[in-house]
Amino acid sequence: MTGLFEAIVGPGSLDYIINLVIMLIIILLKIAAVVAVALLHVAYATYFERKVIGHMQLRLGPREVGPLGLFQPFADGVKLFFKEDIIPADADKPLFYLAPVIFFISALTSLSVLPFFDGFAVANINIGLLFLFAMSSLGAYGIVLSGWSSNSKYAFLGGLRSASQVISYEIAMGLSLVGVMMMAGSLNLSDIVRAQQHYPLGLFAVPQFLGFFVFVVAAFAETNRLPFDLPEAESELVAGYFTEYSGFRFALFFLGEYTGMLIMSAIASLCFLGGWGLPSFVTAGLPVVAAKVLGLFWFLAKVYAFMFFYYWVRATLPRYRYDQLMAIGWKLLIPLALANIVITGLVKIWIKGMV
Amino acid sequence: MPTAYLPVLIFLMVATAFGIGALVIGELFRIKRPYRDKLMPYESGNAPVGEPRIRFSVKFYIIAMLFVVFDVEAVFLYPWALVFDRIGLYAFVEMIIFIIILLVGYIYAWKKEAFVWD
Repeated sequence: MTGLFEAIVGPGSLDYIINLVIMLIIILLKIAAVVAVALLHVAYATYFERKVIGHMQLRLGPREVGPLGLFQPFADGVKLFFKEDIIPADADKPLFYLAPVIFFISALTSLSVLPFFDGFAVANINIGLLFLFAMSSLGAYGIVLSGWSSNSKYAFLGGLRSASQVISYEIAMGLSLVGVMMMAGSLNLSDIVRAQQHYPLGLFAVPQFLGFFVFVVAAFAETNRLPFDLPEAESELVAGYFTEYSGFRFALFFLGEYTGMLIMSAIASLCFLGGWGLPSFVTAGLPVVAAKVLGLFWFLAKVYAFMFFYYWVRATLPRYRYDQLMAIGWKLLIPLALANIVITGLVKIWIKGMV
Repeated sequence: MPTAYLPVLIFLMVATAFGIGALVIGELFRIKRPYRDKLMPYESGNAPVGEPRIRFSVKFYIIAMLFVVFDVEAVFLYPWALVFDRIGLYAFVEMIIFIIILLVGYIYAWKKEAFVWD
């Protein structure tokens, strides 16, 4: 059998194909694990948010479905799955169908480059950070198309606002991470985490505090969260670009938004807060597997701390006006990010004595 | 051989299958009772007035154009940042000149009130 096969396709080709199939299966298993875990985390991020906001407003949050309301995310999911999918009569149907899917895909695919612990990423590509930016830009297409195709004034205005907000803050975010790239010398997220170990406290947030500030503000605006949730401001635009969406198409927007928050938290954790990198005196005596598991939990702890910060800000700050939003993005964050780049360059030249 | 990008491609396909699959499977279970009033665009309970795709401020176009300029700048900075350690002062001076040229345009846009909304 083997001989016949090799006679037809060429010697050694069977081994090659077997290796290829094994590789594909491993990749698929990794993807399945990441997607399943991420979506579970997204589901519980909504529960986490409602609980946190609830307690901050002296309420209890969800508590009826299951013990402590723990099954609430599943109840919501099942409800949205079976709900009627209303498509407005004059909507641009193909775009209306496609928009939430584009939004969701771009958010989910970003997960493929995140290193969750030392040596684990679905795709360990050397332009990881650039890929994340590219995917977050693609998400803007979903927003604009949904706003345009809904044939509704609220959705249209929400889509427009969101488009200009996302592209404005994209620049600030892109520039804020240049300092990190200069210090790490790489766009690969694992390399960035490793580079941070050589710095005090094992994080870039200290030397790059200016970049970190710009990044945090831009991350809030990029994910359309309070205090920059102008595109979906309830009191002005009902729900903004997804006003006309219902049922599972709405759920895709919802999942996409929370996945986006998870990814922003992960970028903050990896690029500024040290990611899974543990100090060497902790990992010294541990077996490799234990060190990696510890690293995973260390990484997730930071991600959740950042998510908590998202909710905390939501419960604390009022919404900005649109002119204030644009002023912060263009007149404050971009000059700050540029200044950060110049300062980082000057300090590096000074330390290395390259003059 | 860009095999490192293969998982990204597969991930993209899995995500697409998940998004479209959930919608297609859901189609089998969902109730469908459309009627005229339900399919009207939402306008706080009133019948929609006029065209939904209204004329909007020209500022949005200006922001879009400025975005292209500054995003290209950001992308130019990335390769520079990566090799900064190896090139040193020479690269730094060149990039300062580049940033100053952009800064002139930035100040011009600022003075022209491209960032002012009212």
